[in-house]
Amino acid sequence: MRKFLIKAFNKPMTGIIISVLAGFVIGAVVLAVAGYSPLEAYSAMFWGIVGKPKYIAQVIINAVPIILTGLSVAFAFKTGLFNIGAEGQYCVGTIVAAILGRYVPLPPVLHPIFVLLAAFLLGGLFGGLSGWLKTKFGIHEVISTIMLNWIALYLNNFILSLPGVKKEGQQASHEILPSARIRILTDWKRTDEGKEFLTNSPIFGDMLRTDIHVGILLAVLVVIAAWYFLRHTTKGFELRAVGFNHSAAEFAGIDVKKNTVSAMFLSGGIAAFAGAVQILGTNSFRISVLAAQEGYGWDGISVALIANNNPLGTLLSGLLFSALKYGGSSIQSSIGAPSEVINIMIGTIVFCVALVSIFPIIADRLKMKGGSK
Amino acid sequence: MINNIFLTLNITLMYSAPLIFAALGGVITQRSGVDNIGIEGMMTIGAFGAATVGFLSGNPWLGFLVGGLCGAAMAALHAVAAISLRASQTISGVALNFIGQGLSLFLCRLIFDGAAQSSTVVNKLPKLLGMFGVSSDNVIVSSLNVDITVPIAILLAALMWFFLYKTKWGLRVNACGEHPAAADSLGVNVYAVRYVCTILSGLFAGFGGSAMTLAVVSNFGPSVISGHGFIALAAVIFGKWTPHGATGACLLFGFAQAMVVMLGGLEFVPSTLLAMLPYVLTLVVLALFVGRSEAPKANGTPYLKGER
Repeated sequence: MRKFLIKAFNKPMTGIIISVLAGFVIGAVVLAVAGYSPLEAYSAMFWGIVGKPKYIAQVIINAVPIILTGLSVAFAFKTGLFNIGAEGQYCVGTIVAAILGRYVPLPPVLHPIFVLLAAFLLGGLFGGLSGWLKTKFGIHEVISTIMLNWIALYLNNFILSLPGVKKEGQQASHEILPSARIRILTDWKRTDEGKEFLTNSPIFGDMLRTDIHVGILLAVLVVIAAWYFLRHTTKGFELRAVGFNHSAAEFAGIDVKKNTVSAMFLSGGIAAFAGAVQILGTNSFRISVLAAQEGYGWDGISVALIANNNPLGTLLSGLLFSALKYGGSSIQSSIGAPSEVINIMIGTIVFCVALVSIFPIIADRLKMKGGSK
Repeated sequence: MINNIFLTLNITLMYSAPLIFAALGGVITQRSGVDNIGIEGMMTIGAFGAATVGFLSGNPWLGFLVGGLCGAAMAALHAVAAISLRASQTISGVALNFIGQGLSLFLCRLIFDGAAQSSTVVNKLPKLLGMFGVSSDNVIVSSLNVDITVPIAILLAALMWFFLYKTKWGLRVNACGEHPAAADSLGVNVYAVRYVCTILSGLFAGFGGSAMTLAVVSNFGPSVISGHGFIALAAVIFGKWTPHGATGACLLFGFAQAMVVMLGGLEFVPSTLLAMLPYVLTLVVLALFVGRSEAPKANGTPYLKGER
């Protein structure tokens, strides 16, 4: 038993599972104190997530952008940088996608690839700017990315204020060309064959009723690429070495400054990629005038932290995060409890993740006790 | 012209006051060696607590105090995690931002019948000259008639400067942030100092939120605190972790916001580009004039007794 406990407390997964449970417990307490039945709330939430195949599909679609912004933040953390700027980099990605998706006519397939690469590149430059400001002027990346988040937001509004960009009478741009969209089976769903399939196949038919797009496949690809890059390439090793101990890395002959800029470039690129995927894939296909930050980058920070900054882990934690948010809205619609309880739950989960460093210490204590016997 | 200068001054001070409170909170906690990225969440819960109590009791001062205490309560959580449990301070701070926002809106909906906004308070905090019964239509006089939170914020900054550099206790706080083991060996209770400073940071951040909902605007809503805590955090680094530096950074930021308002009517600058000014200006000033800033050495690292 003790051996098992020691082993379990040393695994990061244990801490994360306990954190998620703690999130549910605190959420239940808050709901109960406020006079709602936690059981009803959670069952409403549960059925709001898995009650229909359509819901599951929607959870996956909603998870795409935060998996990618989470990956962006996790990637930066792995290299010793705190990228609070995924929000702004995401925003740059949406701008690039909306403009190039609208004004550069290209054949299908080629068009989205071109847009995604361009978004990655420009978002990367935007992120790399923070890295450059850090190495050149010593401006902490936390400050520069906070400022650049707002600069990106107003850049979005500025671009929309240019003549011809905004759709007449609306606070949003024109939709991107159909050739740039990455939603799948849109036309097929309208054919007779498609309609028949939708009515006859209860599970897949229902799933396809959402705006399903290839974003999740792209997200999985990028996550695996980032994981492989960090784990199995020389450059990735260098970046991690800088993150782990930059003095030691420098002593070993690694160019710390260059690596800081590259790390921020890649991190920013991934966040912008998230923004571009969102524009190319989801319903509105356009950017709107923003009064406040959209929050995808901020959510990405939590996704990364719940994943313990493991690139592969962002897939799971992104899905969890998305499921909680999506299911949370059914709490409000079915029993009337404020859906903000979800934010309290997510906050609690992250808070407990902060505490997981205590588990290896407990494991050590257990080990010591075992030795003295 | 003179009128415009005074008006700019007025707007600068109005924007700066909540930021100064929050930034001072950031200074005191980081000086003691505990990073606090959860200032935003503490400001939010403070803003909510202040607006709610201000509305229910009709007494803005009580609201102001409760706002501070709400922030302090949240900071106490952070202190337990960061100091006693040696948790990652960044992660705990991020979590508190979530909890602060979630809890504020959750309670707001419960208290105000499902609305995401609190009702408008009847009595806001008084204006500086209003306290002495002065009122005038003169632009200069009314421009100088700033919210009472402005002098309080500046006074607090001065007090903190005096405390940190001129008193024994202040030097102890500094020691805990620079080299906790050395401070410990001289008999300073590092844990106690850090607890007090962390909780104070929440109190000040809460005051910042109160200053927002009881002086600048008059009710709480989901967007009342949108990024102010992070701007304050940036001001702490900008001001090189000193009370006067952080206050200066907040004033600069407030001034840039005032310029956005004052120049807003001009034809030749699009308002969206102008809105970037405070953020661009911050980066430019940092790059050209401030340069590299060094955090207190032990900032963000939990202290374990017996460590060197």
